[in-house]
Amino acid sequence: MHGLINRSIQCFLRDTYGAPVWEAIARQAGVEPSGFEAMLTYDDRLTDLVIDAGAALLRRSRETLLEDLGQYLVSHETLTSLRRLLRFSGLNFVDFVNSLEELPARGRLVLPNLDMPELELCELGPGQFTLRCAAPLQGVGHILVGLLRAMADDYGALVMLECLGVEGGAEVVSIQIADQALYEARPFNLGMAV
Amino acid sequence: MAKPVVSVLMSLPKSGLDKLMPLHVVVDPDGTITSYGPTLAKLLAGRSLIGHALFGAFDLRRPAGLTTMKALQARQGERLQMTLRGAARTMAFRGLAQGLGDGGMVLNLSFGIGVAEAVTAHALTDTDFAPTDLAVEMLYLVEAKTAAMGALRGLAQRLEDDKQMAEHQALTDTLTGLRNRRALTQTLKSLTLAQTPFALLHMDLDYFKAVNDTLGHAAGDHVLKVVAGVLGAQTRRQDTVARVGGDEFVAVFPGMAETSQLEITAQRIIENISQPIEMEGKTCQISASIGIALSTDYANPDPDRMQTDADEALYASKRAGRGRARVFHPTGQDWRRA
Repeated sequence: MHGLINRSIQCFLRDTYGAPVWEAIARQAGVEPSGFEAMLTYDDRLTDLVIDAGAALLRRSRETLLEDLGQYLVSHETLTSLRRLLRFSGLNFVDFVNSLEELPARGRLVLPNLDMPELELCELGPGQFTLRCAAPLQGVGHILVGLLRAMADDYGALVMLECLGVEGGAEVVSIQIADQALYEARPFNLGMAV
Repeated sequence: MAKPVVSVLMSLPKSGLDKLMPLHVVVDPDGTITSYGPTLAKLLAGRSLIGHALFGAFDLRRPAGLTTMKALQARQGERLQMTLRGAARTMAFRGLAQGLGDGGMVLNLSFGIGVAEAVTAHALTDTDFAPTDLAVEMLYLVEAKTAAMGALRGLAQRLEDDKQMAEHQALTDTLTGLRNRRALTQTLKSLTLAQTPFALLHMDLDYFKAVNDTLGHAAGDHVLKVVAGVLGAQTRRQDTVARVGGDEFVAVFPGMAETSQLEITAQRIIENISQPIEMEGKTCQISASIGIALSTDYANPDPDRMQTDADEALYASKRAGRGRARVFHPTGQDWRRA
């Protein structure tokens, strides 16, 4: 697994639950407390070991932990870059959802060896979508639910998100957009903040 | 013969043209600007170009010689490089001109490679670009690349710190914090290569084994640290002091060729080491024997040979009753007592 993903999980656990909790999780998973380097590649099994150790130590289900991870990736103050990069995908939340299938290609444009889930979007009706995600990481759908929820907040949209389970090897997420501009969106300038 | 396909562009309302090409300029057959797109209007910040001559408002820099409508028509379909005149800062565009049926022309512009700077300078948004334009993707890439480079720089820095730490550890004696044999070898090699004169002082502790045997290894370690402190205090910043064995030390003094000065230093080291050392209510007393070799005594100084000779002088000191220093002289073999 790409170090960037492992590193994100590490930062999520450390920033949310504190350094001692991260260190305990790392010990249990057999990972150095210094953790992962964002630009190196690690054995896929380590990612699962860390998530399972985290869920066990924090007495939380793997699903809710992964959903919190997805939300953290976009909304945590130390990680403004991912939120910005995602905002480049669309003018509003509907636009953003419609460009979700481009996400893996966008990721690989920058990091060619990044493991990104393959995404397939299906529009069922106005504001009604299902998103199928196939990835080696079990529970990837829950990460996406957390991430989409945080992005909806960012765009000021009111949405309902749900994991519908696994179907044909892919995790299926239901997206229902009730109002794509209920609140004011967080500001986003195309130019980089200097 | 097939009829030529007639463009429907002229029947397109201006609002449609604005959506397709927000950075366009339309000129009449005389080269006078008759309309332009909304993004160009935004860049002009209130200034109007309507009624101005195209070649006055813009500097068409490449291809060369584009100063008349006739010349521009001859170059239609080619890539143009042009800048907006009278702008506060250089505004460069890439352009493409196509003739209209009435003898006028339409030019479509883009920022080209300078898009990121233009967006920041003029606070442009998604809506200032056509949805087919890859400008926003270019901005995405610039930002993603910056983030990835930042992460790589962080990694490179951490690796460099680790490397320096590892190198430092590889050259340090962990007990005393002095240099180790590896560091000593490096120092001697570079001094020899640079042909810098130097003195080599080889020291062995006297009665140290007794401390270890009677008071234990912790006491022995304490004594070694005290000795390291003495050597540090009695040498200069540019000197190298290494522990090369259990109770063996070597000091290297670059630029030292004065026997008398070395003898004084050696005597001071012995005096200080011979002071009683207190430890957990017990006192132990050691001393030191020293042998010295000077690179200036050799036609071709060889570090290994000098270490052997300093060692020989050291054992002569031991045989002579310990607690003293001797300087080795390769020619006469006469021991000079310090």
